[in-house]
Amino acid sequence: MTQELPVVQSSRREVSAPIAFEHKLAQHNLTLRAAGVETLQVNVGKLCNQVCKHCHVDAGPKRTEVMTGETAEQVLTALRRFRIPVLDITGGAPELNPSFRHLVAEARAVGARVMVRHNLTVMFEPGQEDLPEFFREHGVEVVSSLPYFLEQQTDAQRGHGVFEKSIAALRRLNAVGYGVGDGLILNLVYNPVGAFLPPAQSLIETDFKRELLARHGVTFDHLYTITNMPIRRFLDYLRRSGNEERYMQKLVAAFNPGTVAGLMCRTLVSVDWTGRLYDCDFNQMLDLGIDSSLPQTIADFDPALFAVRPIITGAHCFGCTAGAGSSCGGAVA
Amino acid sequence: MAYYEEEHLGHFADMGQHRPDLFQKFMAWYQACQEDGALSRREKALIGLAVAHVIQCPYCIDAYSQSCLESGSNMEQMTEAIHMASAIRGGAALIHGLQAHQSVNKVSM
Repeated sequence: MTQELPVVQSSRREVSAPIAFEHKLAQHNLTLRAAGVETLQVNVGKLCNQVCKHCHVDAGPKRTEVMTGETAEQVLTALRRFRIPVLDITGGAPELNPSFRHLVAEARAVGARVMVRHNLTVMFEPGQEDLPEFFREHGVEVVSSLPYFLEQQTDAQRGHGVFEKSIAALRRLNAVGYGVGDGLILNLVYNPVGAFLPPAQSLIETDFKRELLARHGVTFDHLYTITNMPIRRFLDYLRRSGNEERYMQKLVAAFNPGTVAGLMCRTLVSVDWTGRLYDCDFNQMLDLGIDSSLPQTIADFDPALFAVRPIITGAHCFGCTAGAGSSCGGAVA
Repeated sequence: MAYYEEEHLGHFADMGQHRPDLFQKFMAWYQACQEDGALSRREKALIGLAVAHVIQCPYCIDAYSQSCLESGSNMEQMTEAIHMASAIRGGAALIHGLQAHQSVNKVSM
């Protein structure tokens, strides 16, 4: 007889799925535990100059949650003390945090590889005009969202006029040496403009490279495909458009056990603007804190304690295991 | 009973209830046809979309619209595929006009 499996109930914040994520893992004899801490992903706040329709952070110009200088120092202390190899800075638009440049400079000074989730258009905000030069000076790896190589799709997701500004920003980054093969890394992020899964990463990367060069003379290094997470603003869209159930069925049907070993949560610890710790940025937005037996804040962080921790999961985790998988570094399988 | 319910698409496997052997053979063939080969998955999805419009199957139109998006096609490309299918269908109708001409000519002085 087939065992009845519990259905994850929908709430305002949490999406529902036809089967609980942990049961899906169990069906494949899998468990999800960390495998070390290679990356500290720091969300320095929800303030952003854009209001993207899919944003899992609910970020925007009116948000006031911004990491203080004191918490940023605690992040730097952890980086220095434990020699975490990678600092991945995200937001919101992280550049709008007053501590951003200090955080980048100090992290680079202790030898960390620094990635910034840079939305491109923020460099046209007052006081941000020199961002390309700042990135170059500190050897920052730039990761920028551009959901499509055409204006219509990009503006539909990220707001009117964003595509044109994004292209102007990419040209500026190219002009200072980013994404032109000189060692300054400029990676782009594709995510679907709607309730469907991303195409094969290598295929769409080829399209982006060809089209952005031909249409706009722009070059970049790699394209990451990221699946839209069914939380926050994208979940609101799914519900408004009547796509929630179908999208979750799609994610569950596309569950790929081969993605689990490479999930970003296995090697990453996420820090929120107050210094609290999570298994990933998505759990952060759902207030799903790190395992309760562990220290809960960056001030008490110790990678030795986090290295093999159990990962806290929910129905949204199907977003990272569908198809070729999804992570902050794109496809994982 | 309603015709053409959207939910049917997700229950296609129910067609395997009575002759699972036949359904399994169909699915093996069907899935093999979708794989990358001399044609890419993307090209095959566009062909599927075009054919779906010619046979006017709402399930197929829905399924292949999603397949096209998920293989990286955009609306311009998909719309061109639909026009291509429609043009062939229109041409096929039009060339039958020669039958009409022939029929009329046969009985005309």
